[in-house]
Amino acid sequence: MSRLDINKTYKLYIGGKFPRTESGRYYAVNNSKGNLIANMCLASRKDFRNAVVVARKAQPAWAGMTALNKGQVLYRIAEMLEGRKEQFIAELIAQGSSTKAAQEEVNSSIDRLVYYAGWSDKYLQFFSTVNPVSSSHFNFSKLEPVGVVSIIAPENNSLLGLVSMIAPAIVGGNTVIVLASESKPLTAISLAEVLNSSDVPGGVVNILTGNKDELYSHMASHMDVNSIIYFGNNADYIKSISEFASNNIKRTVFYKNDDLSNDFYESPYAIEKTQELKTTWHPTDI
Amino acid sequence: MQKNENKNMFKASWTYDKAPESTDHVQIKKEYELYINGKFTKPVKGKYFDTINPSTNKKIASVAEATSEDVDIAVKAARKAFKGWSSLSGKERGKYIFRIARLIQERAREFAVIESLDGGKPIKESRDIDIPLAANHFFYYAGWADKLEYAFPNRKPEPLGVVGQIIPWNFPLLMAAWKLAPALATGNTVVLKPAETTPLTALKLAEIIHDSGIPKGVVNIITGAGETGASIVNHPDVDKIAFTGSTGVGKYISNAVAGTNKSVTLELGGKGANIIFEDAAIDQAVEGIVNAIFYNQGHVCCAGSRLFIQESVADVVIQKLKDRMETLIVGDPLDKNTDVGAINSKKQLQIIENYIKIGINEGGDIYQSSCNLPKSGNWCAPTLFLNVSQSHKIVQEEIFGPVLAVQTFRTISEVIEKANNTPYGLSAGVWTNNGAKIFHLTERLEAGVIWANTFNKFDAASPFGGYKESGYGREGGMQGLNPYVKFD
Repeated sequence: MSRLDINKTYKLYIGGKFPRTESGRYYAVNNSKGNLIANMCLASRKDFRNAVVVARKAQPAWAGMTALNKGQVLYRIAEMLEGRKEQFIAELIAQGSSTKAAQEEVNSSIDRLVYYAGWSDKYLQFFSTVNPVSSSHFNFSKLEPVGVVSIIAPENNSLLGLVSMIAPAIVGGNTVIVLASESKPLTAISLAEVLNSSDVPGGVVNILTGNKDELYSHMASHMDVNSIIYFGNNADYIKSISEFASNNIKRTVFYKNDDLSNDFYESPYAIEKTQELKTTWHPTDI
Repeated sequence: MQKNENKNMFKASWTYDKAPESTDHVQIKKEYELYINGKFTKPVKGKYFDTINPSTNKKIASVAEATSEDVDIAVKAARKAFKGWSSLSGKERGKYIFRIARLIQERAREFAVIESLDGGKPIKESRDIDIPLAANHFFYYAGWADKLEYAFPNRKPEPLGVVGQIIPWNFPLLMAAWKLAPALATGNTVVLKPAETTPLTALKLAEIIHDSGIPKGVVNIITGAGETGASIVNHPDVDKIAFTGSTGVGKYISNAVAGTNKSVTLELGGKGANIIFEDAAIDQAVEGIVNAIFYNQGHVCCAGSRLFIQESVADVVIQKLKDRMETLIVGDPLDKNTDVGAINSKKQLQIIENYIKIGINEGGDIYQSSCNLPKSGNWCAPTLFLNVSQSHKIVQEEIFGPVLAVQTFRTISEVIEKANNTPYGLSAGVWTNNGAKIFHLTERLEAGVIWANTFNKFDAASPFGGYKESGYGREGGMQGLNPYVKFD
């Protein structure tokens, strides 16, 4: 018996909701045979700005959750992803991966989430210091989230790349607005569904699909964004992002090494990239 | 101007005798050249500028003005020295840096006097803070040179190469130490430029660096103004720029290096909030307020220039603050009793005076201490403004002078919101005897350095640097190594 499939409508993920782009625009994603897989939302500057508003609003409460709790939320994402493996493998294959590569990518993504879940209540211990100053003060330095982070996700490895950018940023208490792989956006929106059912508070991760050329400058220039991560090698983007970022001394992070199996992408140093260091002094003499 | 009824109570019937620090043992040459490749060399274009004593506006010495040609020669010398210096064992590198620390200690008094002559800061500050801290900084990082792998577990730190360092005029020698010590410990070579109004202690430091026997070209110290700095920033063979100065210039630098392989760290401006709760030790807090804003004439990027007093104690704190301001001795930087010295330059005095005008025009109530200011030189009486709010320019913008903007608040959440309502994020202060309140605040204030029941404290082991538009990167402490290393 043949049965007509129910196709999914892919939308954006902003503030824990799945709105269509306010612009009403779309772009078609085809498979290698040229057949339509999905019409994706072509997110606008306004969608991005809306996402910044909800990300800013969500940030203090997310950062204020206990480290243990944040770790459990990340672990929960891994659990949800594990349960929906087949869907993600199918999407990756539809976007051009081989079966083997798709399986590996999904497994690595789940394991990477578990890896960062485990850092949640440890990275502060790793990077923080008590500083032996030469006066009678107690002095210590600890990391704090930089705040709201724009992420331009890897174009390839549309799932592992996404997870590798999002997990270290949010485990450190930041909230993010991610522009998904333009050519392979399906997994990003499906990951949003996973996030939405994983106790991740709305607004902590916001995912847009759309055109990099159109959106990257806004992601770099928005005055209420504290940091921007760009994964890629486009020299014009890097120059232009740096220039826009200088307007509010935004922290820029450029990942030019596209090998996601590199040790760095699974290390506490990736968490440190979107952290600030705060030093506190207090007298000890009475 | 408001009258202070109690002011006479605090004016002793006796006055302080003059207590000037002797300048006899200080050696200042008439003319200073550029320190490049281990030699003092004349600038290519042969141009010199005057460095001025801001307390008299008289010339102290002529100083070479480095042009882009000199910058190029200095960068080439640093590049040539890099291979040898970076491949030297950490132990040996550290020993040179230890030597520099010791040589500064040996000549500390001479450096203190020159710092006060050239920059206008009170001798008690240059003697007790600037110079010893500079020596400590070299001492601290010297010890890191052979232990770097312990600072970065599971990674292999490598030096960046040639580092261009541009430093400000408010802590001339100390900023040179903050920049040089970690750069050298990690194996980089350096071209450093002090500010044009305060070049002398950096040039004296060049003498010490020379005496330390450090290989030629490892440290190059060149003098000049903004154009010289721009030549360093834009030189293609510089791997990193470390800058301390205004947020405006910081934005220029980060824009200028966009698209290059240069890395950057920036320590920029601030508008620090200093928050006094009703349960604070009020007298200590008043001392803290004075230290936060009048230390070094307010030429401090992390100055507590926005004061927030809880409403219930506002009257008493303001009265005590005014009384305390009356006792501040403003005058000769070389006098050991001086609390507030000379404004660093005519230009800076104009900027400060302009902000004071703006404050008055915008309706703030000004109060200035009634001290007698010397006739010649650049001076500004300790100043505060009452009845100002978040929208006032003097509340929003960095003045970099002895001018305090005072506001009041009722609740904790209100003061957190006000304190964070600024593009800057360098420092903040909290005064209360309630421990939980301290940590509630310090967790929520967006600033890189938080002083609780203290203010304006610095240490080589303590990381310093800002959030938001106050810059990025840290100086001091283990984390102060990060800006000078790279990894595979």
